[in-house]
Amino acid sequence: MKRKPKFVLPTKYILLIMTGVCVVALLLSFTLNIKGGPLNTIAGYVFVPMQKGINTVGSWVVEKSDNLKQLNDVMKENEELKAQVDSLTSELNTIKLEQYELENLRELLELDQKYPSYEKVAANVIGKDGGNWFTNFTIDKGADDGIEVDMNVIAGSGLVGIVTDVGPNYAKVAAIINDTMKVSGMVTSTSDNLIVSGSLQNMNEHMVIEFSNLNDKDDEVAIGDPVVTSYVSDQYQQGILIGYISSLEMDANNLTKSGTITPAVDFEHIQEVLVILNKKQTAEE
Amino acid sequence: MRRKITVFIIIALCYLLQTTLFSVLSFASISPNLLIIVVSSFGFMRGKKEGLFIGFFCGLLLDIWSGSIIGFYSLLYMYIGYINGMFRKLFYPEDIKLPLLLIAGSDITCNLFIYFIMFLFRNRYNFNYYFLQLMLPELVYTMVVTIFLYFIILKINQRLEVIEKRSASKFV
Repeated sequence: MKRKPKFVLPTKYILLIMTGVCVVALLLSFTLNIKGGPLNTIAGYVFVPMQKGINTVGSWVVEKSDNLKQLNDVMKENEELKAQVDSLTSELNTIKLEQYELENLRELLELDQKYPSYEKVAANVIGKDGGNWFTNFTIDKGADDGIEVDMNVIAGSGLVGIVTDVGPNYAKVAAIINDTMKVSGMVTSTSDNLIVSGSLQNMNEHMVIEFSNLNDKDDEVAIGDPVVTSYVSDQYQQGILIGYISSLEMDANNLTKSGTITPAVDFEHIQEVLVILNKKQTAEE
Repeated sequence: MRRKITVFIIIALCYLLQTTLFSVLSFASISPNLLIIVVSSFGFMRGKKEGLFIGFFCGLLLDIWSGSIIGFYSLLYMYIGYINGMFRKLFYPEDIKLPLLLIAGSDITCNLFIYFIMFLFRNRYNFNYYFLQLMLPELVYTMVVTIFLYFIILKINQRLEVIEKRSASKFV
Protein backbone atom coordinates (compact mmCIF):
# COMPACT_ATOMS: atom_id res chain seq x y z
CA MET A 1 0.00 0.00 0.00
CA LYS A 2 1.26 3.37 -0.97
CA ARG A 3 1.48 6.06 1.67
CA LYS A 4 -0.40 9.24 0.99
CA PRO A 5 2.05 12.06 0.30
CA LYS A 6 1.80 14.31 3.34
CA PHE A 7 1.09 17.95 2.61
CA VAL A 8 4.01 20.08 3.77
CA LEU A 9 3.72 23.83 4.00
CA PRO A 10 6.79 25.53 2.44
CA THR A 11 9.05 27.16 5.02
CA LYS A 12 8.63 30.55 3.36
CA TYR A 13 4.97 30.59 4.31
CA ILE A 14 5.64 29.37 7.83
CA LEU A 15 8.06 32.27 8.23
CA LEU A 16 5.41 34.65 6.95
CA ILE A 17 2.76 33.30 9.31
CA MET A 18 5.06 33.38 12.33
CA THR A 19 6.13 36.93 11.45
CA GLY A 20 2.46 37.85 11.47
CA VAL A 21 2.00 36.21 14.86
CA CYS A 22 4.95 38.17 16.27
CA VAL A 23 3.77 41.47 14.83
CA VAL A 24 0.29 40.95 16.26
CA ALA A 25 1.83 40.07 19.65
CA LEU A 26 3.98 43.22 19.46
CA LEU A 27 1.01 45.43 18.66
CA LEU A 28 -1.14 43.81 21.34
CA SER A 29 1.45 44.23 24.07
CA PHE A 30 2.10 47.80 22.92
CA THR A 31 -1.49 48.94 22.89
CA LEU A 32 -3.11 46.83 25.60
CA ASN A 33 -0.04 46.48 27.81
CA ILE A 34 -0.43 42.72 28.01
CA LYS A 35 2.68 40.93 29.21
CA GLY A 36 2.25 37.28 28.32
CA GLY A 37 -0.58 36.50 30.73
CA PRO A 38 -0.87 32.71 31.10
CA LEU A 39 2.49 32.21 29.33
CA ASN A 40 4.17 34.07 32.17
CA THR A 41 2.53 31.87 34.77
CA ILE A 42 3.60 28.65 33.03
CA ALA A 43 7.13 29.94 32.51
CA GLY A 44 7.20 30.93 36.18
CA TYR A 45 6.39 27.42 37.35
CA VAL A 46 8.90 25.81 34.99
CA PHE A 47 11.92 28.08 35.36
CA VAL A 48 11.79 29.66 38.81
CA PRO A 49 12.43 26.42 40.75
CA MET A 50 15.38 25.58 38.47
CA GLN A 51 16.88 29.05 38.79
CA LYS A 52 16.49 28.84 42.55
CA GLY A 53 18.32 25.51 42.60
CA ILE A 54 21.25 26.70 40.52
CA ASN A 55 21.53 29.81 42.64
CA THR A 56 21.56 27.94 45.93
CA VAL A 57 24.37 25.66 44.73
CA GLY A 58 26.26 28.54 43.15
CA SER A 59 26.04 30.87 46.10
CA TRP A 60 27.09 28.07 48.47
CA VAL A 61 30.29 27.50 46.48
CA VAL A 62 31.00 31.21 46.16
CA GLU A 63 30.35 31.72 49.86
CA LYS A 64 32.78 28.98 50.90
CA SER A 65 35.59 30.24 48.68
CA ASP A 66 34.95 33.84 49.67
CA ASN A 67 35.03 32.94 53.35
CA LEU A 68 38.56 31.59 53.11
CA LYS A 69 39.75 34.51 51.06
CA GLN A 70 38.22 37.10 53.33
CA LEU A 71 39.43 35.70 56.62
CA ASN A 72 42.79 37.43 56.35
CA ASP A 73 41.30 40.70 55.22
CA VAL A 74 38.79 40.61 58.01
CA MET A 75 41.39 40.13 60.70
CA LYS A 76 43.34 43.11 59.46
CA GLU A 77 40.17 45.11 59.15
CA ASN A 78 39.20 44.19 62.68
CA GLU A 79 42.24 45.98 64.10
CA GLU A 80 41.49 49.11 62.16
CA LEU A 81 37.83 49.03 63.09
CA LYS A 82 38.57 48.73 66.79
CA ALA A 83 40.53 51.94 66.62
CA GLN A 84 37.71 53.51 64.69
CA VAL A 85 35.14 52.41 67.26
CA ASP A 86 36.91 54.41 69.94
CA SER A 87 36.91 57.60 67.97
CA LEU A 88 33.34 57.07 66.86
CA THR A 89 32.06 56.46 70.37
CA SER A 90 33.12 59.89 71.44
CA GLU A 91 31.57 61.34 68.32
CA LEU A 92 28.38 59.42 69.01
CA ASN A 93 27.99 60.98 72.42
CA THR A 94 27.93 64.45 71.00
CA ILE A 95 25.50 63.35 68.30
CA LYS A 96 23.22 61.79 70.88
CA LEU A 97 22.93 65.12 72.55
CA GLU A 98 22.05 66.74 69.28
CA GLN A 99 19.58 63.95 68.52
CA TYR A 100 17.82 64.63 71.80
CA GLU A 101 17.53 68.23 70.87
CA LEU A 102 16.26 67.34 67.41
CA GLU A 103 13.61 65.03 68.80
CA ASN A 104 12.33 67.74 71.03
CA LEU A 105 12.10 70.11 68.13
CA ARG A 106 10.40 67.48 65.97
CA GLU A 107 7.80 66.90 68.59
CA LEU A 108 7.13 70.55 68.58
CA LEU A 109 6.64 70.49 64.84
CA GLU A 110 4.64 67.25 64.95
CA LEU A 111 6.70 65.75 62.18
CA ASP A 112 6.64 62.30 63.70
CA GLN A 113 4.08 61.05 61.24
CA LYS A 114 6.01 62.14 58.19
CA TYR A 115 8.09 59.00 57.68
CA PRO A 116 5.97 55.98 58.52
CA SER A 117 7.81 52.69 58.53
CA TYR A 118 6.84 50.77 55.44
CA GLU A 119 5.80 47.15 55.41
CA LYS A 120 8.43 45.15 53.54
CA VAL A 121 9.00 41.63 52.30
CA ALA A 122 12.46 40.16 51.70
CA ALA A 123 13.26 38.35 48.46
CA ASN A 124 16.25 36.73 46.77
CA VAL A 125 17.47 37.62 43.29
CA ILE A 126 17.34 34.41 41.25
CA GLY A 127 18.07 35.51 37.69
CA LYS A 128 19.49 38.39 35.69
CA ASP A 129 18.46 39.70 32.30
CA GLY A 130 19.51 37.42 29.44
CA GLY A 131 21.39 40.09 27.51
CA ASN A 132 23.87 42.81 28.32
CA TRP A 133 21.75 45.79 27.32
CA PHE A 134 19.41 46.12 30.27
CA THR A 135 19.57 45.51 34.01
CA ASN A 136 16.44 43.65 34.93
CA PHE A 137 16.27 40.78 37.32
CA THR A 138 13.89 38.18 38.66
CA ILE A 139 13.17 37.74 42.37
CA ASP A 140 11.70 34.68 44.07
CA LYS A 141 8.62 36.29 45.60
CA GLY A 142 5.50 37.10 43.64
CA ALA A 143 1.79 37.75 43.87
CA ASP A 144 1.45 34.98 46.49
CA ASP A 145 3.49 37.12 48.87
CA GLY A 146 1.48 40.24 48.15
CA ILE A 147 3.78 41.82 45.59
CA GLU A 148 2.16 43.97 42.93
CA VAL A 149 3.35 45.88 39.89
CA ASP A 150 4.83 49.34 40.69
CA MET A 151 6.01 48.44 44.16
CA ASN A 152 9.42 49.87 45.09
CA VAL A 153 12.39 47.60 45.62
CA ILE A 154 15.26 48.50 47.95
CA ALA A 155 18.47 46.83 49.04
CA GLY A 156 20.27 47.89 52.17
CA SER A 157 19.21 51.50 52.42
CA GLY A 158 19.18 52.41 48.73
CA LEU A 159 16.62 52.27 45.96
CA VAL A 160 17.07 49.36 43.54
CA GLY A 161 14.13 49.75 41.21
CA ILE A 162 10.50 49.00 40.64
CA VAL A 163 8.45 45.86 40.05
CA THR A 164 7.39 45.72 36.40
CA ASP A 165 5.71 42.35 36.21
CA VAL A 166 4.40 39.80 38.69
CA GLY A 167 3.77 36.07 38.47
CA PRO A 168 2.46 33.84 41.26
CA ASN A 169 5.93 32.87 42.48
CA TYR A 170 8.23 35.46 40.92
CA ALA A 171 8.43 39.16 40.07
CA LYS A 172 10.47 41.08 37.53
CA VAL A 173 12.31 44.17 38.73
CA ALA A 174 13.66 46.95 36.50
CA ALA A 175 16.68 48.61 38.10
CA ILE A 176 17.01 52.41 38.24
CA ILE A 177 20.33 52.15 36.35
CA ASN A 178 18.44 50.83 33.32
CA ASP A 179 18.92 53.03 30.28
CA THR A 180 15.17 53.53 29.97
CA MET A 181 14.44 54.38 33.60
CA LYS A 182 13.69 57.80 35.07
CA VAL A 183 13.08 58.68 38.71
CA SER A 184 12.27 62.06 40.13
CA GLY A 185 14.56 62.76 43.03
CA MET A 186 15.32 65.46 45.55
CA VAL A 187 18.53 66.78 47.08
CA THR A 188 18.07 66.44 50.83
CA SER A 189 20.20 69.44 51.75
CA THR A 190 18.19 71.97 49.75
CA SER A 191 14.96 70.08 48.85
CA ASP A 192 15.53 70.88 45.18
CA ASN A 193 13.96 68.47 42.72
CA LEU A 194 15.85 66.79 39.92
CA ILE A 195 15.36 63.96 37.44
CA VAL A 196 17.53 60.86 37.76
CA SER A 197 17.93 58.81 34.59
CA GLY A 198 19.78 55.55 34.15
CA SER A 199 22.59 55.32 31.64
CA LEU A 200 24.23 52.18 30.35
CA GLN A 201 27.35 54.00 29.18
CA ASN A 202 27.99 55.95 32.38
CA MET A 203 27.21 52.94 34.53
CA ASN A 204 29.68 50.71 32.68
CA GLU A 205 32.43 53.33 32.53
CA HIS A 206 32.25 55.14 35.86
CA MET A 207 29.59 53.31 37.92
CA VAL A 208 27.37 56.40 37.99
CA ILE A 209 23.94 57.41 36.67
CA GLU A 210 22.88 60.78 35.33
CA PHE A 211 20.67 63.51 36.71
CA SER A 212 19.31 66.64 35.13
CA ASN A 213 16.91 69.56 35.65
CA LEU A 214 18.31 70.55 39.02
CA ASN A 215 17.28 74.09 39.81
CA ASP A 216 19.98 75.47 42.08
CA LYS A 217 20.29 79.22 41.70
CA ASP A 218 22.33 79.87 44.79
CA ASP A 219 24.92 77.13 44.19
CA GLU A 220 24.02 75.41 47.43
CA VAL A 221 24.11 71.82 46.18
CA ALA A 222 27.56 70.28 46.54
CA ILE A 223 29.27 67.07 45.49
CA GLY A 224 28.52 64.35 48.03
CA ASP A 225 24.99 65.52 48.81
CA PRO A 226 22.52 62.64 49.18
CA VAL A 227 19.68 62.37 46.68
CA VAL A 228 16.43 60.72 47.74
CA THR A 229 13.18 59.98 45.92
CA SER A 230 11.02 63.04 45.67
CA TYR A 231 7.54 63.72 46.95
CA VAL A 232 6.43 64.63 43.42
CA SER A 233 7.08 61.12 42.09
CA ASP A 234 3.93 59.16 41.39
CA GLN A 235 5.60 55.75 41.53
CA TYR A 236 8.21 55.97 44.27
CA GLN A 237 7.70 56.40 47.98
CA GLN A 238 9.17 59.58 49.35
CA GLY A 239 12.60 59.67 50.95
CA ILE A 240 14.30 56.49 49.71
CA LEU A 241 18.01 57.06 49.16
CA ILE A 242 19.06 56.90 45.52
CA GLY A 243 22.72 57.86 45.82
CA TYR A 244 25.21 60.67 46.25
CA ILE A 245 26.04 63.44 43.80
CA SER A 246 29.43 62.74 42.25
CA SER A 247 29.69 65.52 39.70
CA LEU A 248 27.75 68.65 38.93
CA GLU A 249 27.78 71.23 36.17
CA MET A 250 25.68 74.10 34.81
CA ASP A 251 23.60 73.36 31.72
CA ALA A 252 23.92 75.38 28.53
CA ASN A 253 20.71 77.23 29.39
CA ASN A 254 22.34 78.71 32.54
CA LEU A 255 19.24 77.85 34.57
CA THR A 256 19.47 74.22 35.52
CA LYS A 257 22.27 71.90 36.47
CA SER A 258 23.00 68.33 35.55
CA GLY A 259 25.60 65.79 36.54
CA THR A 260 26.07 62.29 37.85
CA ILE A 261 25.04 60.32 40.93
CA THR A 262 26.82 57.34 42.47
CA PRO A 263 24.05 54.88 43.36
CA ALA A 264 23.81 53.76 46.97
CA VAL A 265 23.32 50.15 45.89
CA ASP A 266 26.00 47.88 44.44
CA PHE A 267 24.08 46.65 41.39
CA GLU A 268 26.77 44.15 40.40
CA HIS A 269 26.33 42.06 43.53
CA ILE A 270 22.69 42.28 44.51
CA GLN A 271 21.53 39.08 46.16
CA GLU A 272 18.82 40.05 48.59
CA VAL A 273 16.30 42.83 48.17
CA LEU A 274 13.35 44.21 50.11
CA VAL A 275 10.07 44.98 48.39
CA ILE A 276 8.05 47.77 49.98
CA LEU A 277 4.45 46.57 50.10
CA ASN A 278 2.99 50.06 50.37
CA LYS A 279 2.31 51.66 47.03
CA LYS A 280 2.43 55.38 46.50
CA GLN A 281 -1.03 56.86 46.78
CA THR A 282 -1.90 59.02 43.82
CA ALA A 283 -4.81 61.26 43.14
CA GLU A 284 -6.23 59.00 40.45
CA GLU A 285 -6.71 56.04 42.76
CA MET B 1 9.13 13.72 19.92
CA ARG B 2 12.48 12.67 21.33
CA ARG B 3 14.07 15.51 19.38
CA LYS B 4 11.58 18.07 20.66
CA ILE B 5 12.18 17.13 24.28
CA THR B 6 15.95 17.17 23.80
CA VAL B 7 15.89 20.56 22.12
CA PHE B 8 13.66 21.94 24.84
CA ILE B 9 16.07 20.71 27.51
CA ILE B 10 19.02 22.27 25.66
CA ILE B 11 17.22 25.62 25.34
CA ALA B 12 16.11 25.60 28.98
CA LEU B 13 19.58 24.66 30.20
CA CYS B 14 21.27 27.36 28.12
CA TYR B 15 18.77 30.00 29.22
CA LEU B 16 19.19 29.08 32.89
CA LEU B 17 22.97 29.10 32.64
CA GLN B 18 22.88 32.42 30.84
CA THR B 19 20.75 34.10 33.50
CA THR B 20 22.39 32.55 36.56
CA LEU B 21 25.88 31.13 36.17
CA PHE B 22 27.23 33.26 33.35
CA SER B 23 25.91 36.53 34.71
CA VAL B 24 28.00 35.78 37.80
CA LEU B 25 31.02 34.73 35.70
CA SER B 26 30.78 37.89 33.61
CA PHE B 27 33.92 39.82 32.70
CA ALA B 28 33.44 43.57 32.98
CA SER B 29 29.68 42.96 33.36
CA ILE B 30 29.44 41.31 29.95
CA SER B 31 28.01 37.81 29.73
CA PRO B 32 27.92 35.53 26.66
CA ASN B 33 24.80 34.92 24.61
CA LEU B 34 24.23 31.16 24.79
CA LEU B 35 20.81 31.18 23.16
CA ILE B 36 22.16 32.67 19.96
CA ILE B 37 24.61 29.74 19.74
CA VAL B 38 21.74 27.26 20.08
CA VAL B 39 19.52 29.05 17.55
CA SER B 40 22.32 29.49 15.05
CA SER B 41 23.74 25.96 15.32
CA PHE B 42 20.38 24.27 14.97
CA GLY B 43 19.67 26.59 12.06
CA PHE B 44 22.62 25.51 9.94
CA MET B 45 22.57 21.90 11.16
CA ARG B 46 18.87 21.25 10.60
CA GLY B 47 17.65 23.78 8.07
CA LYS B 48 15.37 26.76 7.82
CA LYS B 49 12.23 25.32 9.37
CA GLU B 50 13.77 24.07 12.57
CA GLY B 51 15.94 27.18 12.87
CA LEU B 52 12.81 29.27 12.56
CA PHE B 53 10.90 27.48 15.31
CA ILE B 54 13.82 27.16 17.71
CA GLY B 55 14.58 30.84 17.17
CA PHE B 56 10.98 31.72 17.85
CA PHE B 57 10.86 29.82 21.13
CA CYS B 58 14.21 31.12 22.37
CA GLY B 59 13.03 34.63 21.57
CA LEU B 60 9.72 34.04 23.32
CA LEU B 61 11.58 32.90 26.43
CA LEU B 62 13.60 36.13 26.44
CA ASP B 63 10.46 38.18 25.79
CA ILE B 64 8.62 36.64 28.72
CA TRP B 65 11.49 37.00 31.14
CA SER B 66 13.39 40.11 30.29
CA GLY B 67 11.60 42.08 27.58
CA SER B 68 8.97 44.67 28.22
CA ILE B 69 6.95 43.78 25.12
CA ILE B 70 6.15 40.32 23.81
CA GLY B 71 7.29 39.62 20.25
CA PHE B 72 10.43 41.68 19.75
CA TYR B 73 13.04 39.05 20.56
CA SER B 74 10.83 36.32 19.07
CA LEU B 75 10.84 38.10 15.73
CA LEU B 76 14.57 38.82 15.84
CA TYR B 77 15.68 35.31 16.84
CA MET B 78 13.22 33.71 14.43
CA TYR B 79 14.77 35.50 11.46
CA ILE B 80 18.26 34.68 12.70
CA GLY B 81 17.35 30.98 12.87
CA TYR B 82 15.78 31.12 9.42
CA ILE B 83 18.73 32.87 7.79
CA ASN B 84 21.17 30.44 9.39
CA GLY B 85 19.09 27.63 7.93
CA MET B 86 19.93 28.84 4.43
CA PHE B 87 23.54 27.78 5.00
CA ARG B 88 22.69 24.14 5.61
CA LYS B 89 24.04 23.06 2.21
CA LEU B 90 27.44 24.56 2.99
CA PHE B 91 27.67 22.90 6.38
CA TYR B 92 30.07 20.03 7.11
CA PRO B 93 30.33 18.80 10.72
CA GLU B 94 34.14 18.52 10.61
CA ASP B 95 34.65 22.14 9.62
CA ILE B 96 34.39 24.63 12.48
CA LYS B 97 35.09 27.78 10.43
CA LEU B 98 31.60 28.16 9.02
CA PRO B 99 29.80 27.62 12.37
CA LEU B 100 32.08 30.13 14.08
CA LEU B 101 31.53 32.65 11.32
CA LEU B 102 27.77 32.17 11.31
CA ILE B 103 27.40 32.35 15.08
CA ALA B 104 29.57 35.48 15.21
CA GLY B 105 27.49 37.05 12.43
CA SER B 106 24.27 36.15 14.24
CA ASP B 107 25.43 37.61 17.55
CA ILE B 108 26.54 40.89 15.96
CA THR B 109 23.36 41.18 13.88
CA CYS B 110 21.23 40.55 16.94
CA ASN B 111 23.03 43.20 18.99
CA LEU B 112 23.00 45.72 16.14
CA PHE B 113 19.23 45.36 15.86
CA ILE B 114 18.78 45.79 19.59
CA TYR B 115 20.96 48.90 19.48
CA PHE B 116 19.16 50.45 16.52
CA ILE B 117 15.68 49.79 17.84
CA MET B 118 16.06 50.19 21.59
CA PHE B 119 18.87 52.77 21.86
CA LEU B 120 19.27 54.82 18.70
CA PHE B 121 15.62 55.80 18.74
CA ARG B 122 16.11 57.22 22.23
CA ASN B 123 18.89 59.57 21.12
CA ARG B 124 21.79 57.41 22.25
CA TYR B 125 24.07 58.24 19.33
CA ASN B 126 27.39 57.06 20.71
CA PHE B 127 27.56 53.99 18.49
CA ASN B 128 31.33 53.57 18.87
CA TYR B 129 31.03 53.20 22.60
CA TYR B 130 28.27 50.61 22.49
CA PHE B 131 30.05 48.71 19.73
CA LEU B 132 33.45 48.59 21.41
CA GLN B 133 32.37 48.19 25.01
CA LEU B 134 29.33 45.97 24.68
CA MET B 135 28.93 44.21 21.36
CA LEU B 136 32.58 43.32 20.77
CA PRO B 137 33.25 41.89 24.26
CA GLU B 138 30.03 39.91 24.07
CA LEU B 139 31.10 38.60 20.66
CA VAL B 140 34.51 37.48 21.92
CA TYR B 141 33.06 35.86 25.02
CA THR B 142 30.36 34.14 22.98
CA MET B 143 32.98 32.82 20.55
CA VAL B 144 34.99 31.31 23.40
CA VAL B 145 31.90 29.58 24.75
CA THR B 146 30.92 28.50 21.23
CA ILE B 147 34.04 26.36 20.85
CA PHE B 148 32.78 24.16 23.70
CA LEU B 149 29.04 24.44 23.34
CA TYR B 150 29.02 23.93 19.57
CA PHE B 151 30.65 20.51 19.81
CA ILE B 152 28.21 19.44 22.54
CA ILE B 153 25.25 20.48 20.39
CA LEU B 154 26.82 18.83 17.34
CA LYS B 155 27.30 15.51 19.16
CA ILE B 156 23.74 15.58 20.53
CA ASN B 157 22.38 16.30 17.07
CA GLN B 158 24.40 13.50 15.47
CA ARG B 159 23.23 11.05 18.12
CA LEU B 160 19.61 12.11 17.52
CA GLU B 161 19.99 11.70 13.76
CA VAL B 162 21.36 8.17 14.17
CA ILE B 163 18.44 7.21 16.41
CA GLU B 164 15.94 8.77 14.00
CA LYS B 165 17.44 6.93 11.01
CA ARG B 166 17.31 3.64 12.86
CA SER B 167 13.67 3.95 13.84
CA ALA B 168 12.75 5.19 10.36
CA SER B 169 14.35 2.15 8.69
CA LYS B 170 12.40 -0.13 11.03
CA PHE B 171 9.07 1.11 9.72
CA VAL B 172 9.81 0.99 5.98
